Amino acid sequence: MKFVDEFRDAELGRVLAGEILAAVDPERHYKLMEVCGGHTHSIYKYGVDDLLPDNVELVHGPGCPVCVIPMGRVDDGIAIARAENVIFTCFGDMMRVPGSEQSLLEAKAEGADVRMVYSPLDALRLAKANPDRDVVFFALGFETTAPSTALTMKRAKAEGVSNFFCMCNHVTIVPPLRALLDSPDLRLDGFIGPGHVSTVVGARPFEFIPADYGKPVVISGFEPLDILQSALMIINQLEGERCEVENQYTRVVPYEGNLRALEVMAEVFELRPHFEWRGLGFISQSALRLSDAYAEFDAERRYETPGVRVADPKACQCGEVLKGVIKPWECKVFGTACTPEHAIGTCMVSPEGACAAYYNYGRFARDREVV
Amino acid sequence: MSEGLVSGREQRILEIIETTRSKRPRFKDSQVTMSHGAGGKATQTLIEGLFAPAFASESLDQMGDAGVVEIEGLRLALTTDSFVVKPIRFPGGSIGDLAVNGTVNDLAVAGARPAALSLSLILEEGLDAEELRAEVRAIAAAAEVAGVEVITGDTKVVERGHADKMYICTTGVGQIDPRARLSTAAIEPGDKIIVSGSIGAHGTAIMLARGEFELDADIESDTCSLWPAADALLEAGGAGLRCMRDATRGGVATVLNELARASQVTMVVREADVPVDAAVMGASELLGIDPMYVANEGKLVAFVAPGQADGALAALRSVPGCEEAAEIGEVKTEPPGMVLVETAFGGRRVMDLLAGDPLPRIC
Repeated sequence: MKFVDEFRDAELGRVLAGEILAAVDPERHYKLMEVCGGHTHSIYKYGVDDLLPDNVELVHGPGCPVCVIPMGRVDDGIAIARAENVIFTCFGDMMRVPGSEQSLLEAKAEGADVRMVYSPLDALRLAKANPDRDVVFFALGFETTAPSTALTMKRAKAEGVSNFFCMCNHVTIVPPLRALLDSPDLRLDGFIGPGHVSTVVGARPFEFIPADYGKPVVISGFEPLDILQSALMIINQLEGERCEVENQYTRVVPYEGNLRALEVMAEVFELRPHFEWRGLGFISQSALRLSDAYAEFDAERRYETPGVRVADPKACQCGEVLKGVIKPWECKVFGTACTPEHAIGTCMVSPEGACAAYYNYGRFARDREVV
Repeated sequence: MSEGLVSGREQRILEIIETTRSKRPRFKDSQVTMSHGAGGKATQTLIEGLFAPAFASESLDQMGDAGVVEIEGLRLALTTDSFVVKPIRFPGGSIGDLAVNGTVNDLAVAGARPAALSLSLILEEGLDAEELRAEVRAIAAAAEVAGVEVITGDTKVVERGHADKMYICTTGVGQIDPRARLSTAAIEPGDKIIVSGSIGAHGTAIMLARGEFELDADIESDTCSLWPAADALLEAGGAGLRCMRDATRGGVATVLNELARASQVTMVVREADVPVDAAVMGASELLGIDPMYVANEGKLVAFVAPGQADGALAALRSVPGCEEAAEIGEVKTEPPGMVLVETAFGGRRVMDLLAGDPLPRIC
């Protein structure tokens, strides 16, 4: 595939791996966090860490949008899906996320009309095709997907679609990163910054990380060569005693972000005072809801939801995994009680979740021989 | 804590997980969900945890694409399959083609020349007679190409809304070829893994035909009879042909996982050697799907002893439609029951059964 294969070239990968090996201080251990679940998925899918020296460790961060949805929100979604005359739409991964009693997939098997969509526009189309039903879209994601939800809501308003509603679970990337950096058990040397989020917000919002916390950030693309190059750029900063935000993903990310997208988001959404993150707890001003101008489309204002905070199952250590404090396999239930087919925690559900990526792709020690 | 100790702990945990996984799965779900029909882990749990123990049959325990029954010295392969594909017509074929080829192929990969089919139709009230006629023609044409006769059948009609246009069930029977020495448990370390052509076309064609994505590509289903390919492999592979599998629902990845488990071997796949059509690759990339998990309706995976592999591959490539056949990997010993991929990028990873349901009702 043109413009893709170039970024998966094994020969160039070996060259970059050689440069990383030459750049590292063999006496030092480097712990780099990839913030975004898309990176986690790529790292495992292509076996990127097989090309890194042993003293460069990749730690998975909180940037998987499905993984951070708390159980209470799933319960709220199911309550809406069970309401009369509702067609409830969401992305495929979300259907398998466990709530306190069941998942949306199980609610569907019991009769709720839950349908998988690939974009908010699909949900809007469904609303127009079913004018006598209420179509609810379970919106989720970081700033990456929020603009497409915003544009869809704008279109629904412009076209006067009165049976389309949004249950908004959009979250923002900076507050959880700050929460992470403030946590006392954190030991990280640098960040592989979220490429997709940055296409919208730009690189500037991450400047507080080097300025306030003294850690380098490199905004990275998602192909294996992007990730290797970003790791090299961070190591070069550390070894050159520099500390700044660099942009490896210049082919897509403008430093200032996408101003048009930010404008649309500002029109359609407003910040929630606080929002619960799975495993991370309540973080203030970390999520979006529909603004008053779009109140008529807000599913949470139209439907009764339990709105109850549900504590994570005791055994589940998704929070520690999301913070990079433990590796997926270090969780007490990993791979035994919690598997992709019967997940306890969200990190095991989404293909971008660290636990699912490790279970599906990485469940094989790096140094083990194949004979 | 030193790195060595961490690695040792990780290894022990991985061993515990492997032990857990090697046990027969138990069916504990409170209801059937779409995942149980997707061909991945939930399907495996249903079959191994509920059906196989209930019917306790030696042939069923083999988990082959067809069962084997011996009647007075005559060894017959028997298989059955239901078709619920949506939409019923798609680029490259229709439900009628699938209903013939799907069953014929389950016989072919069991080493049996397909002889006869039964045809059972479940029709939805209100189905357009022209659509029914078109499928009957498709079934007749596919049966003729595959050299198989439809010799018995059944028809049921259900109320509107209780089926989606039409569902078809076919059962096929054929005599096991005397050249065949096939078994799901016969695969040995050193064997080569061969696929009969480029993969992932059927599932991708269906997905695009549903019009759920605003994506347009020139991709047709690969539905066809695999008997000519199986015949060529039986001839060239001889006793070195260990096992063949039809890579339908769940794709090549699922076949490799099932057989790695059945034969307690490791499969190592070289990603760069797997033939995938450029349009299929492009569509999979956009949709975030790995073509290794996408259904085929005219591709088989064969396991051949190293001495016969080159000959088998050459013979296969001379069969029309199999020109792109390729050797994609090798069977190893350790770690048993696992499929590993050497990625084109130079890394290594596990390729497991799928847990979710990426594409319901593709066949």
